[in-house]
Amino acid sequence: MAIENISLSGRKTAVTNKDMSFWERIYLVQIVKGMMITIRHFFKKKITIQYPEQTRTYSPVYRGLHVLMRDEEGRERCTACGLCALACPAEAITMKAAERTKDELHLYREEKYAAVYEINMLRCIFCGLCEDACPKEAIFLTKSQKHVNVGTNRESFIYGKDKLVISVEDGKNKRYN
Amino acid sequence: MKVTIDEHTIEVEPGTTVLQAARMIGGDCVPPTMCYYSKLEDCGGKCRCCLVEISKGSERDPRPMPKLQPSCVTAVQDGMEVKSATSPRALEARQAVTEFLLINHPLDCPVCDQAGECDLQNLAYGNKNFKTRYIEQKRTYEPEDIGPYIQLHMNRCVLCYRCVKLADQLTPERVHGVIGRGDHAQISTYISKAIDNNFSGNMIDVCPVGALTDKTFRFESRVWFNKPFNAHRDCPHCSGKVTLWMFGDHVQRVTARKDEYHEVEEFICNECRFDHKKAEDWVIEGPRKFEKDSVLNVNNYTRQLKKVKIDTDDLVLEGRKQDQKKISMSEFPFDQAEMEAIKKANEE
Repeated sequence: MAIENISLSGRKTAVTNKDMSFWERIYLVQIVKGMMITIRHFFKKKITIQYPEQTRTYSPVYRGLHVLMRDEEGRERCTACGLCALACPAEAITMKAAERTKDELHLYREEKYAAVYEINMLRCIFCGLCEDACPKEAIFLTKSQKHVNVGTNRESFIYGKDKLVISVEDGKNKRYN
Repeated sequence: MKVTIDEHTIEVEPGTTVLQAARMIGGDCVPPTMCYYSKLEDCGGKCRCCLVEISKGSERDPRPMPKLQPSCVTAVQDGMEVKSATSPRALEARQAVTEFLLINHPLDCPVCDQAGECDLQNLAYGNKNFKTRYIEQKRTYEPEDIGPYIQLHMNRCVLCYRCVKLADQLTPERVHGVIGRGDHAQISTYISKAIDNNFSGNMIDVCPVGALTDKTFRFESRVWFNKPFNAHRDCPHCSGKVTLWMFGDHVQRVTARKDEYHEVEEFICNECRFDHKKAEDWVIEGPRKFEKDSVLNVNNYTRQLKKVKIDTDDLVLEGRKQDQKKISMSEFPFDQAEMEAIKKANEE
């Protein structure tokens, strides 16, 4: 037997030029067969999610938008120690420290705080090393369970403290804990 | 005189201390020091970090010394055999000393300006599996203002007396000292007298912890974000040889040059240290070398890279100059030179 004629997959059929019969020619059986498959799917559970009306629940370890935490008294935990910026492989974090004054005791937990804290979301790769490095449990990627929004200009991706720090109420209610 | 430290034999002058002999050998056998400072006289024997085991007293009296000896104040004797890094007893004692030092030392490294170049931090990290067992309230002091240049954090002090010895030996009138005894001992200027001697800034450099820090650099930047450069200037008061800690073109901090044991090579005056914070004031010699395991080296991917040349229009890659905008840290605007460069680009 010649190699051309052997079916290695077992699915090889010879192409023939045979004329179709009457039933085959009107395609009715084939159409009914196909519609059966289509109709069956109407009654199956739907896989699609109607985003943005519906959203899928994230895994508890999903790393998304960063949050800067406050403690249970509503004071910012971040002390601008710079370890997150040091750990960041993408160099996305910049900060500027300032000293806490006497009438800011209720705002900041430590003597020093971050006057400016910026994350460049265009650079960020969401690796979570900043969260690992933080000695004050101030920055978290897993707690917001949110994406970083899309934008039309580059400035909108520089997230300052106004977008990162959680509200005082959330801190006191321990919403993110 | 012949002395053997960790199996290394060295010939030294009579009167040399064990620590100095160990430093001549170098390497692992050099004990850590917190209070000893080779540039200051009569400085040492207080912190007990440099304990060594002397397994053979001398050639004439070969008995081992029964207790561990502080190497910085123990003179060598002929034929002495010392175990430093090879002695488990000495290492255990050093760990215990470190734990004692950390009892009252606040763990505020994220706030402290010394973090990254702190001897106590290095010492504590050298302790394997260290966990504090201290649960009581730590000792705290009222913050005290000792002048416009030096920030005193008494909570962080380990009472090494280095700054007191320095003020005694380098400046004519010492205005600060250790007040109180035992647990109440503290560095103070007595009725908050400002320290204003021209060489008082060196106290910042000799302080092994963050108790005395530079007020002009306070919370400006972390140590590891700055790049150290050797620089000098023509100074009428001191040698003028310093390390500049730069961030871009900005001089963030000026310190004296420190050797491998973090000891100042030459003391500098306050004028160099605090008043010349412009790059134009200095002749920059070049980047300063730092230790391989220094925090300055962490996450540092800078190495010589070949410039990749892509044969397309430069504009495609970098954009036009007039479109370049400062999007990050916008509260800190461009400085004069940068503004002029942008203006020039816009005009073209």
